[in-house]
Amino acid sequence: FAGLADVSISEEIPVEGQITVPVGSHSPDEDGSTLDEPVRETIMRDLKAVGKKFVHVLYPRKSSTLLRDWDLWGPLVLCVSLALMLQGGSADSKDDGGPQFAEVFVIIWFGAVVITLNSKLLGGTISFFQSLCVLGYCVLPLTVGMLVCRLVLLAGSGTISFIIRLLVVLAMFAWSTLASTAFLADSQPPNRKALVVYPIFLFYFVISWMILTFTPQ
Amino acid sequence: EEEEEAEGEAGAAEEEDGEFLGMKGLRGQLGRQVADHLYANIDILRPYFDVEPVQVRARLLESMIPVKMINFPQKIAGELYGPLMLVFTLVAILLHGMKTSDTIIREGTLMGTAIGTCFGYWLGVSSFIYFLAYLCNAQITMVQMLSLLGYGLFGHCITLFVTYNIHFHSLFYIFWLVVGGLSTLRMVAVLVSRTVGHTQRLILCGTLAALHMLFLLYLHFAYHKVVEGILDTLEGPNMPPFQRVARDIPVVSNAVLNTTTKTVALTL
Repeated sequence: FAGLADVSISEEIPVEGQITVPVGSHSPDEDGSTLDEPVRETIMRDLKAVGKKFVHVLYPRKSSTLLRDWDLWGPLVLCVSLALMLQGGSADSKDDGGPQFAEVFVIIWFGAVVITLNSKLLGGTISFFQSLCVLGYCVLPLTVGMLVCRLVLLAGSGTISFIIRLLVVLAMFAWSTLASTAFLADSQPPNRKALVVYPIFLFYFVISWMILTFTPQ
Repeated sequence: EEEEEAEGEAGAAEEEDGEFLGMKGLRGQLGRQVADHLYANIDILRPYFDVEPVQVRARLLESMIPVKMINFPQKIAGELYGPLMLVFTLVAILLHGMKTSDTIIREGTLMGTAIGTCFGYWLGVSSFIYFLAYLCNAQITMVQMLSLLGYGLFGHCITLFVTYNIHFHSLFYIFWLVVGGLSTLRMVAVLVSRTVGHTQRLILCGTLAALHMLFLLYLHFAYHKVVEGILDTLEGPNMPPFQRVARDIPVVSNAVLNTTTKTVALTL
C-alpha cells in the first residue's frame, strides 16, 4: 500500500459501484447445482449428517458439529419413536392411564423450548435452534433405554425386571444429561453453569420417569 | 443471539430484499417482525434472570426462615429464575405422586393436569394477592409477589417429596404444620412488613396463609386415595390381592417402604 500514498482522486469524479461481500461457503442453492442431483444423493447427505450427530451424542466430546450445522430431523425421529413406544402403557384399556403420543411429543418440545429460553435469559451465547438441536439429539440414549425396557418387559415384569430397567434408565438418564451438558454448558458464563444444568436435569428426569413407569397392556 | 442476527443479515445480503428464511415479500417481513418481537420480549425478561447459583441457594434457605423485623419493609428479590424452577420441580414431584397413587385422569392428561395445577396456583394466587395488596395499600409489585410465592413453594416441594414416598398421615401433618407453616410465616411476615393498618394486614395475610396451607393439603389428599386403600389392606391379617394392578412396581416399592417404616416406628 506504500506505493498508493501519493495517488489522489479528483473530487469531481463520483465514486460509485457495488460492494459485495464474498460469502465464504457457497450455499448450494445459490447456483441450483443440487437441484439436478439424484434424490438419493440429497437424502444420503442429510442422513449422513444426522448419523454423524448421533455418533457425537453417543461419544460426547468437545466438538462443535452439533452446534454448527444444526438440524431438527434427528430430534424429530427420536421424539416420534419415543412417543410411539410410550403410547398406551396402561393395564386398564378403558382408561387413559398411560401417556398418549401427543402428550410425550408436547412434553419434549415444550420442555426443550423452555430450557432454551431459560439458557438465553441467563445470558447464553447459543442460538435458539442450536439449543433445540442439542437437546433433541441428546434424547437418543433415553430412546435406546426405552427400547431395552420394552425388550426386558417382554421377558417378564417382576422385581428383577424392574431392577434391570431401573439401572438401565438411570444410566441412560445420566448419559443424556452429561451429553447435553457437555454441549450446552460451554455457552454459559462459567459461574452460572449450575443454573442451566438444573432444568436439563429435570427435563430428562421427567422423560426417564415416563419410561420407567411404562407398563404394557 | 448476535450470531443469528449476523447470519440473518448475511442471508439478506445474498438474497433479495424483504426475504426472511426464504419467504419473500410481506410474509418475510412478517416473519422478521415476529422474530424481532420474540427477542424484544426476551430482553424484557432478561433482568429477572440475572442471578448467581449462590444467591438462589441463599434465597431457598431464607424462604423457610420467618423474619422478625416487621417494622420496616423487608427486601424481596425480584427474580424469576428460582420461582420458575421451583414450579417445574413441583410439577415433576406431582407427576411422581400421581403415578404412585395410580391416578386416572379421564378428561385430559397427567402432565397437563400437573402443569395446570402448579402454574395455575403460582400465577393465579399471585395475581389475586397482588390485587388484594393493591386494595390494602401494600407496597409490593407483581414481580415481587410472583417471586415471594414462588419461593414459598419450596416448602411444598420438600413436604410432597417426602410424603409422596413415605405414606404416613401423621408424618404428613407434622410436615404440613412445620415446613408449610414456616414458609407461610415467612411470606406473611414479609407482607406484614409492607402493609400499614391492622385490618389490611389481617385480610392480606389471612388470605395468603389460608390459600398456601390449603393448597398443600389439597396436593396431598387429592392423589392419596388409592395408596390409602392398599395400606389398609396391608394392616389386616390376610392379604387380599391388590385391587388395582396398574403399576406394580411403585406399589411394591411403596409397600416395602411402608412396612419398613411401620416396623421401625413400632420398635422405637
